Amino acid sequence: MSSTVVALPDQSTARIPKVNYLSKENGLLSWLLTGDHKRIAILYLISITFFFFIGGAMAGLIRLELLTPQSDLMATDTYNKVFTMHGVIMVFLFLVPSVPATIGNFLIPLMVGAKDLALPKVNLLSWYLYVFAGIMVLYTMISGGVDTGWTFTTPLSTHYLNTHVLSTGIAIFIAGFSSIFTGLNFIVTIHKMRAPGMTWFRLPLFVWSHYAASILMVLGTPVLAIAIVLVALERVFGIGVFDPTRGGDPLLFQHLFWFYSHPAVYIMILPGMGVISEVVSTFSRKRVFGYTAVAFSSVAIAVFGFFVWEHHMFIMGVSNYSTLVFSLLTMLVAVPSAIKIFNWSFTLYRGSLTFETPMLYAFGFMGLFTIGGLTGVFLGSTGTDIHFTETYFIVAHFHFVMVGGMLMAFLAGVHFWWPKMTGRMYPEKISQLAAVVTFIGFNFTFFPQFILGMLGMPRRYAAYPPEFQILNVFSTAGASILGVGYLLPILYLTWSLKYGEIAGNNPWQATGLEWQIQSPPLTENFPEIPIMDHEAYDYEWLERQQQREAQSVG
Amino acid sequence: MSDSPAIAQAAEHHEHPPYQRHHFETVAQQFDAANFAMWLFLLTEIMFFGGLFMAYLLYRNWYFHAFVAGSHQLSLLWGTLNTTVLITSSFTMAMGVWCAEMRKKGGLVLCLVLTFVLGLVFLGIKTIEYTEKIEKHHVPGFHYSVKSFVDPASDKEATEAHDKPLAPDMAQKTEVYFFLYFAMTGMHALHMIIGICILGYMIFRAQAGAYTTGHVTFVENFGLYWHFVDIIWIFLFPLLYLIARFPA
Amino acid sequence: MSHISPVLWQFFVKWMTNFALFPPEASTIAPQMDALIFFMVLVSLIGLTIVILLVTSFSILYHKKRHPVAVQIEGSTLLEATWTIIPLGLFLIMFVWGSLIYFRVYTPPANAMNIYVVGKQWMWKAEHPGGQHEINSLHIPVGRPIQLTLISQDVFHSFSIPAFRVKREAIPGRYTSVWFQATTPGTYHLFCTQYCGTNHSAMIGDIVVLSLADYKKWLAQSTSGASLAQNGERLFASLSCNACHNDRPDARGPNLVNVYGSKLALSSGGSVTADDAYLREAILNPSQHITQGYSPIMPTYQGQISEDGVIALVEYIKNLNSNYRVEQTLNTTDLLPEGEGKATGAKPAPAAKGAVNP
Repeated sequence: MSSTVVALPDQSTARIPKVNYLSKENGLLSWLLTGDHKRIAILYLISITFFFFIGGAMAGLIRLELLTPQSDLMATDTYNKVFTMHGVIMVFLFLVPSVPATIGNFLIPLMVGAKDLALPKVNLLSWYLYVFAGIMVLYTMISGGVDTGWTFTTPLSTHYLNTHVLSTGIAIFIAGFSSIFTGLNFIVTIHKMRAPGMTWFRLPLFVWSHYAASILMVLGTPVLAIAIVLVALERVFGIGVFDPTRGGDPLLFQHLFWFYSHPAVYIMILPGMGVISEVVSTFSRKRVFGYTAVAFSSVAIAVFGFFVWEHHMFIMGVSNYSTLVFSLLTMLVAVPSAIKIFNWSFTLYRGSLTFETPMLYAFGFMGLFTIGGLTGVFLGSTGTDIHFTETYFIVAHFHFVMVGGMLMAFLAGVHFWWPKMTGRMYPEKISQLAAVVTFIGFNFTFFPQFILGMLGMPRRYAAYPPEFQILNVFSTAGASILGVGYLLPILYLTWSLKYGEIAGNNPWQATGLEWQIQSPPLTENFPEIPIMDHEAYDYEWLERQQQREAQSVG
Repeated sequence: MSDSPAIAQAAEHHEHPPYQRHHFETVAQQFDAANFAMWLFLLTEIMFFGGLFMAYLLYRNWYFHAFVAGSHQLSLLWGTLNTTVLITSSFTMAMGVWCAEMRKKGGLVLCLVLTFVLGLVFLGIKTIEYTEKIEKHHVPGFHYSVKSFVDPASDKEATEAHDKPLAPDMAQKTEVYFFLYFAMTGMHALHMIIGICILGYMIFRAQAGAYTTGHVTFVENFGLYWHFVDIIWIFLFPLLYLIARFPA
Repeated sequence: MSHISPVLWQFFVKWMTNFALFPPEASTIAPQMDALIFFMVLVSLIGLTIVILLVTSFSILYHKKRHPVAVQIEGSTLLEATWTIIPLGLFLIMFVWGSLIYFRVYTPPANAMNIYVVGKQWMWKAEHPGGQHEINSLHIPVGRPIQLTLISQDVFHSFSIPAFRVKREAIPGRYTSVWFQATTPGTYHLFCTQYCGTNHSAMIGDIVVLSLADYKKWLAQSTSGASLAQNGERLFASLSCNACHNDRPDARGPNLVNVYGSKLALSSGGSVTADDAYLREAILNPSQHITQGYSPIMPTYQGQISEDGVIALVEYIKNLNSNYRVEQTLNTTDLLPEGEGKATGAKPAPAAKGAVNP
């Protein structure tokens, strides 16, 4: 181990606790019919990793095609299908459920001091809906794909394409319900199942972030559902709702779609921000600077996030005055994210820092999310949006926040809580290498795309003018490095399941209820419900706790 | 939250009714959580219908005359009857919840059966209305005909409402009205069907005494759902049936 | 910013362009937009530098080996206020500045020359008022304000000229517009930037900016013979618009002479300015746009006329300042055999002699 924050038990005698949620019952049915939130989290982890690699393969194909200015690797129609599947899979089957459904599912009951989520059966149903959605998407891919773009804009998707729009729509509809049920479960759990003494302001910031994201999931996703229903009705029955020759308004679809899809990006990023709060605090051995500010910022992002959707439509002939309103609100929603970045930075101040892998990913997040977020302001200002919208600038912006931000946070969280979930440590050196490789690969892949956007290269182009080639080649080169960075964790995390060092209860010496119980936890989490008598991130309490333990053992 | 020693004690001695799930400390907590979850779910349903209400808002604003003509095609009799039926079914459902709380099994079963029957009556009336629309070719996308609107004299409902003939382009916009009519009432009817199926299940379980032993969560939360479906109809009725019916 | 130091500015821009980090600035709005972009880049760089400096310096100063005991700090309201207000202030500056530019781009000057652009899968059709038609290219004169009136024939497209820093969506069912004034002759990229199906990446072309003399030469050699307005006049007669829209005393429709740009009182009570969008809607959805004092008897031409046809009619009405030729065509259609020159809308066009159908 490279640092001394990690305090593992004596490895010569260490063993995984005999009774834990993994060993409690065996057999496939015990997993497929489980109500245990921890097992459901593992089921989700396996499924979303599977879909991540399919979406990643699509990304690889995109970058390979874009090595040359001509559309020569595959037919243009195929390319259109490839980027559509990349978007649909990555947004709906990876990013939206990633942190909430895996890490959130695992940890929210532990962090609030409950024995399970409020509605375990609904939780399992949520996973089955996800799997069904995934199977529909696979069916779509196998039977020829869909080429609407993940935004399935009408009238293109309703009147001008012969591909599998309907099956994709059904898949996204079902995935939406999976998301709604997860969010619903979290809100009820956080409201009704906190342990005695666990007041709102003693909750870890991870819980606050998930609460805010759950509000977005629950209120925003149904509007996407109705948008999909209308597209399906239009496609199947030709009712005319989006057809201007029959009195319909194609812009109505845009409003309904973006009313969800903007909050969706906050659904994706807020849980990741929650992870960063935990990681930065633990590896600085300090309470998060400005706890209240960070907690309220999460809620502010959620609330403001509902009122900015038209910024995806600034050039679409909407009223100029409406753009004033939405641009102003967009500027307002950018501020809480800035507040968080500064609060995390100042958490490091006068802390006691070590740089294990989760911390490296957290630093990557802070740098890349800052760039991604600031470029969002370029787009939120209506004047500059005219030049940048619909170009590779947008592609770079959302990949910076989603991949440089969210995906890094997801990896930080998986590494941070891996000892708790499996009882074993991941290998530190190679994981730090993977983090650095990912960071370098990411910048090479996506930074040139800002320049391409500035130069005017449109998005969703299979062929482009030759003068854009150099930057595209750079980007593809970076993508190959990035691919290596993502492949490594799969390998060493799987390796660690059998050969990793035994972690013990609290290898990171972190506060938080989840670290006070065994790793892996019991099925019922706590033998008896704990009583919360200290603040969140109370390192002084942790010290007293450890002294007590040392005294009682000694 | 509540008194910790009592909780710790109860948990230790496993003193809880058989229907209390193990991750809850008390029955009250379980009931509270399920109730809260149902309210949240209904909130998502409001957002779901909200998209359709938005579309309605937009197109009624754009094509008011077409909406008037379309609305006059609906039967005020059937609509009012349906509204009465649904409100009554909400009453019988509320009575059912009360019976469950009072542990009156017979009363509960009766109320659930009444609610079930009223629900079926509602769907039956809707079927009659839909059939009328189909016969008149007022279903968007299926040989839609604007004859009733360009030539009101040829149409019974239009004549009764003293509708003036619409210009052809405005008459074509009635298709938008009817698409909204079918989408909104159809989505509502789908929720009714789901509710009726669950009611059927509940009648069997109520007869077996499942809800009259103090565990009323299921009945109470279903009641919430049923009332919600009723409230949606209360909005749909004036929006769809009562456009400019009685001009000053 | 460009008038702070024109020499330095031009040098900087040329440098960025030559290093292919930057498209050329070829319109009057481009330097204004670039000024805001540079401000944003500057602010972002400073912001990013601050964050990186904070994180790096704290990582060095407070490394566990150097600083083994962490000091628990709750927070600082002053700091929170600082890093709330300063970013908010900077973002608000960008909001105001950006909105000014946005309004400038989408508010064409009154003297702008109008060119119609129809987007369809997968080509751009530009229609000059003089009757010149182009596909996937647009010839314009330097130094004159040009307004584009855009519409799509099928799905959403987006007309983008990076060198001018302008972009506007072409939407099916309604006109959108954008304007620009080119500053340097040359050829610049035209892209479709809204995904529109199979050949989205092929829907590209050239914007050719010519000097005034060259532009006049081009106009002369590219004309198809009839201007847009002349085509519109032909359609006006062949679709029997002249049957109701003339200046006879018993005319069933309003006189269209000089109607473009005027304020009309509608029968529904409101009033509207008769711009391009109104004219298009009045042709396709007339019953919602009836002028006060007239009955809603105009048939709709939805489905019978293409967007090109509508554009021709709109251009004709825009330039209509006398009913002299309308009267002439009416007299001609009088002489035509039955069935010719009649509109085929839902209602049969009334006989041209002015007889009123009950």
